[in-house]
Amino acid sequence: MDITSPAFKTNASRAIGDARLQAALVYTRAGFQEKRLGAVTALPEFDALRESARDIKDHTLAHLDLYLEAYEEKVREAGGEVHYAETAQEARDLILAICRQAGAKTVTKGKSMVAEEIGLNEHLEANGIVPIETDLGEYIIQLRHEAPSHIIAPAIHLTKEDVEGDFRRAHTDLPSGRNLSEPASLLDEARAVLRRKFAEAEVGITGANFLVAETGTSVIVTNEGNGDLTQMLPKVHIVLATIEKITPTLEDVSQILRVLSRSATGQEMTAYTTFSTGPRRGEDPDGPDEYHVVILDNGRSAMIGSEFQDMLRCIRCGACMNHCPVYQVVGGHAYGWVYPGPMGAVLTPTLIGVDKAGHLPNASSFCGRCESVCPMMIPLPKMMRHWREREFERHLSPTTYRTGLGLWAYFAKRPRLYRWATRLVARALGNLGGRKGRFRRLPLAGGWTRHRDLPAPEGQTFQEMWAERRRP
Amino acid sequence: MNARDVVLAKIRRSLRVTGEEVARNATVDDRLRRAPVGVIPARGRPAPVKRIALFIKMAEAVSASVARVADTDELPAAVAGYLRSHNLPAALRMGSDPLLAGLDWTGTQVEVSHGAAGVNDAVGLSRAFAGVAETGTLMLASGPDNPTTVNFLPETHIVVLATSDVVGCSEDGWERLRAIFGKGVMPRTVNMVTGPSRSGDIEQTLLLGAHGPRRLHIIVVG
Repeated sequence: MDITSPAFKTNASRAIGDARLQAALVYTRAGFQEKRLGAVTALPEFDALRESARDIKDHTLAHLDLYLEAYEEKVREAGGEVHYAETAQEARDLILAICRQAGAKTVTKGKSMVAEEIGLNEHLEANGIVPIETDLGEYIIQLRHEAPSHIIAPAIHLTKEDVEGDFRRAHTDLPSGRNLSEPASLLDEARAVLRRKFAEAEVGITGANFLVAETGTSVIVTNEGNGDLTQMLPKVHIVLATIEKITPTLEDVSQILRVLSRSATGQEMTAYTTFSTGPRRGEDPDGPDEYHVVILDNGRSAMIGSEFQDMLRCIRCGACMNHCPVYQVVGGHAYGWVYPGPMGAVLTPTLIGVDKAGHLPNASSFCGRCESVCPMMIPLPKMMRHWREREFERHLSPTTYRTGLGLWAYFAKRPRLYRWATRLVARALGNLGGRKGRFRRLPLAGGWTRHRDLPAPEGQTFQEMWAERRRP
Repeated sequence: MNARDVVLAKIRRSLRVTGEEVARNATVDDRLRRAPVGVIPARGRPAPVKRIALFIKMAEAVSASVARVADTDELPAAVAGYLRSHNLPAALRMGSDPLLAGLDWTGTQVEVSHGAAGVNDAVGLSRAFAGVAETGTLMLASGPDNPTTVNFLPETHIVVLATSDVVGCSEDGWERLRAIFGKGVMPRTVNMVTGPSRSGDIEQTLLLGAHGPRRLHIIVVG
C-alpha cells in the first residue's frame, strides 16, 4: 500500500474536517473505553496478570532463538512446514509459491495485520490470485480498496450507511430493493456472500496471535469464526506470523489471553480461540492437507537489544489507540500506513524509517494513557521520545524547530538568565493578552493559533510559583 | 545462508549470544518441560461445589444457553426438545464420539448423520473435553469423534459437557488435554468456544451470528 505517513499533518487536518469520519469515531470513544474498564474492574488480579504477561514476553525475547528452534521442531513433528522470511518481499514470494503449488485461484484470508504490513493482497492480485478477506471489517475495507484504520476494528472509520453503499455496489446479483438499513442485515448479507467463497478457495491464510513453542501450535483469537472457516475448509492452510509471536507454553498463552481480550474489546474471552497444529491427521474427517508457517522478521530482530525492544511485547490489542486523544480525533488513516495510534507511532518508524514516519512520534500529547492501559506495560511515550531524539540527531526535524530548540537550550543552560527572561516574557505576554487573557494570533505560534486560542500567561512563572510553594 | 539461518543469526547478534550457552538452553528446556502456571485469578479456582454453577453463569453471560440433565439417557430428549422449542430442523450432524454414539434417538424424530459437517447442515452436536468455569468456555478437540466443521458450519451448535469435565481455569484444561494426547502433542485443532459467533465491526454494534453458529446451546450432563 502507499505510505502517506510523511503527510501526517495534511492527513490529520483533513480527518478533523471530515464530518462523516468524526461521526464514526464517536463509537471508539464510548465503546472500547467503557467496555475495557468494565472487564478490568471485574478482575482484581488484572495488574498481576499484566506483570505476568510482560515477564513471559521478556523471558521469551531473551531466549527467542532457542524457542524458535523448539517451535520449528514441533511443527515438523506434527507434519507441518516452517518457512523463514527475512523481508516482506521474501514472505510475499514464499506465500505466492505455496499458493501456486496448490493451484490456487482464490485464497480466503483471516484478519492479519502482518499481511497488511507486507502488502500481500496486492502481490497475490498482481500474480493472478484473488484474495478474499473474510473478517467482516476487512471484507468491507477490501471492497473499498482501503487500508484498515484500526488494528482490531479495521472498518471503525465507517458508518453503517457507508457499508450499505459498498454492499449495494459490490453485491449486484442481489435484489436492489432489499433492506440493508441495520447492521444485522449487513452482517447477514456478508455471511451469505462469504459462505460461498470459503468453500471455493484452495488456500486459507491466517495470521497468528501466538506461536507455541511447546507444541508447534499457531493460535488465533477471533469473534466471528471466519478465521476458523478460512483454515479448516481449503486444502492448504498458511499461517503468516512474525518472530515475536513465539510464546513458550500453553500455560503462557493462557496468561496472556486473560489480558488480551479484556484490553481489546472488554471481553473476558473472545468467542473463538483456536489452536492449530499441523495438517489434518490420517483419520481426521476435516481440516487442511497441508500446513505452512511463514515466520517473518522484517526488521524486528534489530529491535532486540535496542531501546525499542519492549515494543516486541505488543500483542496488538488496540487499547493504546482506543485511549489516545490524538487517534480519537484523527482516526487511523491519518497515520498513513498499517499501524496507527501510539503503537504505530513507535513501530512504524522502525519498519519504514524515521525519515518517512517522523511525524508519528511527534503526534502525541504525552498524556501517558497509552502506557497506563497497555496490557504488556510497554513504555510507549518513552519510546516516542527516543524517536524524537533520533530524528533530531539525524537532522530530520525542520529548521524552525531546531532553531527554537537551540535557542531554548541556550537559556536553559543559564539558569539565571532563564529565570530573568521567562519572567520578562511571561509579564509582557500577560499584559499583551489583555482582558480576555487569550491570543487569537501570535508570531511564531501559528501552528497553535490556527486551530485554537493561546492562553496568555497569568502573573508568575512556573519557577516562581514552585519556589514560593516550597517555602515553609 | 538461507533465510532461516540469517534470521536466527540476526537475533543472536542482537542478543549477543551464540545459541550454544548451556544455561540458556537449560532454562528453555526446563520451561517447556514444566510449563509453569502463572497467576490464576481467584475466579479460576472455584470450590468444587460452585464450579458448575459458575460455568453456567459465565456461559450464559456470553449468550450461550445452558440446560442440565441428570444422565446421558436424557440427552436425546433434551436435544429434541431444544430443537422443537426453537423451531429448528430435526436433523443433527455429529462425529463418532463414544458418549454421543451410544445415544438412542428412537422416538425423538431427530435424524442423525455422522461425519464432517457441510454448508447444508443446520445443527451440529459435539462433546467438549473440558468446560472452563472461569469464563464459560468450552474446549473441543478435533478428530473423527468431534470434527471441527461441526463446531462452525451449522447455524446451531449443541455441545454436551459432562460435569466431571468442568474445570476451574484453562490451565486445568491443558492438563486434561495432555492426559488424553500426551505432553507436547496436540490434535490438529483445539477450539476454545466462548458463546456463539459475533461481530462488532459495524459501528461497534455487537451482533450474534457472524460466520460461525448463531446459537450455542450447552447441555451439562450429570
